[in-house]
Amino acid sequence: MGVTGATRDGAGAGGERSADTVAGMTVEPGGPTVVRVSGPVIELDGMGDAHILDLVEVGHEHLIGEVISLRGERAVVQAHEYTGGLAPGAPAWLGSGPLTAELGPGLIGGVFDGMLRRLSVMGERLVPGARAPTLDPERRWRFTPRVSPGDHVSAGAVLGTVPESEAIEARILAPPDVAGKLEWVAAAGDYTTAEPVARVGGRELRLAHPWPLRAPRPGGMRIGASLPLSTGQRALDLLFPVARGSTAAVPGGFGTGKTVLLQQIAKWCDADVIVYVSCGERGNELADLLEEISALQDPRTGRSLLDRTVMIANTSNMPLMARELSVYAGATVAELYRDMGYDALVIADSTSRWAEALRELASRTGELPAEEGFPASLAPALASFYERSGRVQTLAGGVGSVTILGAVSPPGGDMAEPVTAHTGRFVRTMWSLDRDLAYARHYPAVSWTASSSRDVAPVAQWHSEQGDAEWAKRRGRAVALLADADRVQAVAELVGVASLPDPERIVLLTGRLLREAVLQQSALSENDARCGPGKQAALLAMVLDLHDRALELVGRGVPAARIEELDLSDAARARERVGPDDAAGVEAIADELLARLGALG
Amino acid sequence: MSAPIAPIEYTRVREIRGPLLVVADVEGVGWDEVGEIRLGSGEVRHGVVIEVERDLAVVEVLEGTGGIGAAGVRVAFSGSPMRIPVGEGWLGRICNGRGEPLDGGPPILSERTQAIAGEPINPASRAAPSEAVLTGVSAIDGLATLVRGQKLPIFSVGGLPHLDLAAQIAAQARAAEEPFAVVFAAIGITHADAAEVGAALAARGATGDLVVLLNTADDPLVERIVTPQIALTIAEDLAFECERHVLVVMADLTSWCEALREVAAGRGEIPSRRGYPGHLYSDLASLLERAGRIKGRPGSITQVPVLTMPAGDINHPVPDTVGYITEGQLVLSPELHAAGIYPPLDALGSLSRLMRLGAGPGRTREDHLELAAQIYALAAEARRASELAEVLGEDALSSSERTRLEFAAAMNAELLAQGRDEDRTLEETLERGWRIVSRLPRAELTMLSTAALDAHYAGVGGERGRGGGAMTVRTGVER
Repeated sequence: MGVTGATRDGAGAGGERSADTVAGMTVEPGGPTVVRVSGPVIELDGMGDAHILDLVEVGHEHLIGEVISLRGERAVVQAHEYTGGLAPGAPAWLGSGPLTAELGPGLIGGVFDGMLRRLSVMGERLVPGARAPTLDPERRWRFTPRVSPGDHVSAGAVLGTVPESEAIEARILAPPDVAGKLEWVAAAGDYTTAEPVARVGGRELRLAHPWPLRAPRPGGMRIGASLPLSTGQRALDLLFPVARGSTAAVPGGFGTGKTVLLQQIAKWCDADVIVYVSCGERGNELADLLEEISALQDPRTGRSLLDRTVMIANTSNMPLMARELSVYAGATVAELYRDMGYDALVIADSTSRWAEALRELASRTGELPAEEGFPASLAPALASFYERSGRVQTLAGGVGSVTILGAVSPPGGDMAEPVTAHTGRFVRTMWSLDRDLAYARHYPAVSWTASSSRDVAPVAQWHSEQGDAEWAKRRGRAVALLADADRVQAVAELVGVASLPDPERIVLLTGRLLREAVLQQSALSENDARCGPGKQAALLAMVLDLHDRALELVGRGVPAARIEELDLSDAARARERVGPDDAAGVEAIADELLARLGALG
Repeated sequence: MSAPIAPIEYTRVREIRGPLLVVADVEGVGWDEVGEIRLGSGEVRHGVVIEVERDLAVVEVLEGTGGIGAAGVRVAFSGSPMRIPVGEGWLGRICNGRGEPLDGGPPILSERTQAIAGEPINPASRAAPSEAVLTGVSAIDGLATLVRGQKLPIFSVGGLPHLDLAAQIAAQARAAEEPFAVVFAAIGITHADAAEVGAALAARGATGDLVVLLNTADDPLVERIVTPQIALTIAEDLAFECERHVLVVMADLTSWCEALREVAAGRGEIPSRRGYPGHLYSDLASLLERAGRIKGRPGSITQVPVLTMPAGDINHPVPDTVGYITEGQLVLSPELHAAGIYPPLDALGSLSRLMRLGAGPGRTREDHLELAAQIYALAAEARRASELAEVLGEDALSSSERTRLEFAAAMNAELLAQGRDEDRTLEETLERGWRIVSRLPRAELTMLSTAALDAHYAGVGGERGRGGGAMTVRTGVER
């Protein structure tokens, strides 16, 4: 039993109720039967020896569900599929453990639902009871062994490798519960995920192994998250960086450009593997993202971006409860690649929809609500999800990481609502999106006042070790100048720009330059969509140098008005004019502008 | 409703509360099944099973429970969730919110039926929206292009002409020369509004590619829960089996959400914000996500839901939740309406997120996207200038700021405003767009490429306003 069985044809029209459903009890007398159905919540009787989170299949369509509470012989089950037509008296079957999926080569480049069913081999419409394997059972993979008979093999050891995609070499790991002497290993050659490739202590190991979808994988010792994850987005990398193995949340009301920002990160960040979890979001957006990712090249490997991406899609019209599962499935897949020694990034869009699934379940099971109808378990659930991030020493001796990035969709843009508020307690970096910025078409609309990062210090340390000791200083100056410019702007709106002292007028000008030349970034421009670290640093340095030079000029008595009249629009155009990694190109523009400015004095 | 009704009738009604009826001693009745309720008087009503426990079934009565007593009621269940006949037989028909004819014609019959809940499109089978649905309305076609497969709602306030606009879109929309159809679902609108919509759609109705479902404000509240589901089930068949591009207009979705709230309250559910149920998002998504295209199939479903924002509050749970699901929004402005502009579309508050997939080179016209971007940029600058003028007085404005205010006025008068039955070609819309941007010096039109300017710019093209370019304009973000 499990979702990885052979593909079963869906129920199709599903209109008529067959006679044995009405009679109901002809199958497996004494087995569990349905006593209550309320949407995705089902109560079963006659459960026998069941455990919480055990897999159950319910009704003649074998709908997949999980046990969420037990009382005597009665169990409450959350169904991951549409339960229309399910009646009391229908049979159910208890599985032998939790919901599992096969983890192994073939995840990369695939599109899966929240239960890791491979969507590309399912029909146009998702019908209840349909099945699809996670991995392609027919496909043969080129296996190269890395161990020899007689070697001692422990959990997480690398048995061999498989080229999973053009960009990712999958390392075939001994499952976490295996240890002992290697008795046999297959010769290099082509194998399916069903064939044995090694034997340890009498147990045959394959290229894939089943793993409970919700269960965290044992990862080895945690080590500090001290390397930055470069997202290619200046507003994030320069002001509010996130480290590999750390966590970030993106709260933003609708229309603030949250999805575009997440998609930009999915495309351009320098993680090895991206697990994109579309949790209760739009189907069209996902189709568009898939088409784009297939067409785009990874600037680091020159390969299609799809060759490093795993998509988990549980769009908003798919069964509600599988949404809840999809974020855990995403974390589990990312941990698999972490264990291989890769840096994986989970992007969960949106954790608010996941929280709503928790609320729905709580409501239907009569749990007492805590805040705004959410169950009291909301905060711990969020905390334990984000805690699956981390940079670890893998069991095989390498280093791998899982970074978690969660979108939050606050109702009404209310940052005090429970999901946003609790998320803020557990993540290290917050990228708050601001509706006013989005309204003014300032994208990405990352607020410099409401965002924060606790990874600034380790990232600054890293930049310093890489030879850029000024990184932290530039960041500090940029943040201070932006805040100062906001303050001056507020004054200017009351008294008019002409009444400001000259140095303040320069601050206003610099604030504008910071926003237009550095923070704004066009997702549609080939040169600007991704920005490498060198170009990022050069753009910020350009604006700060212009600021210093301008202040120096007003100090020498040059009127601020003359500086304002100077055409500095090339500064704002630099990001579009030079390539994503062309720091020298920016410096050339900066030199010319500085010279133009210098000519005033 | 053509599903065969099983002969077993249940007569024991345990409880009647709000729109809900609890029927006892049932056997084998499934969740989400439909039932027929026969009253002692012979009247027949319809219901949906919203919960079953052992031998009890909780039935939501679509026509309401008024006049039902515990005695003399017979309830029969169909054995399956609600299904309707589907096919081209719906075209040219006017029906009530349950799909029963109001036009005096025979009931719609078909060999094919579909469950109204619909089955989710496999995300891996979706094709990304592309190609425009042109509406003949400049404000939409020019600035917030509707794309085949998109869902783009109209956010409005009571008293504004959103129904006129919805009807105009329904009457004029087309997908180039490809087969097209419109399904108009009126949800809880008044008889007077229904009559006006009917008149606006008369010409389209005559061509036989229109389906109208009419649930008026005095129809039972609960009935309207199934109205959009029926409309979308009809549309899915027309789109994906009959290979048409289908536009579904649903007005007013706020009424639908209120019906959901009433049912949830009747069931004693724990309310979320403003009494709306916690599953409002999922329920709305189950409707709105039925828009889209499917790989390998020629048709598409495009949705224009209309909703009124209670007290004009865009943070109200209904518009807020819808905004998270749809791909942009068209916002109507009371100020523009008061100024006599129709359609009173707030250009800056409106957005079609999928516009780049349906407009521009190879889709509509080479210069479409950059022209729209330029108009947006100038409108944003005009708004800042007008805010500034309110604080400092118009005299304090620079000449370039004054130009922007003039631009905004020209945009309202020459581009946005149009007649309720005026159907503009895209060419005309874009030419109007060029006419208004040509009021500015060519050097200030920084979003437009030289090629586009050479081809279309109609202004004096002087060097006025040089020596500053983008930076002379107040581009500071008001916070």
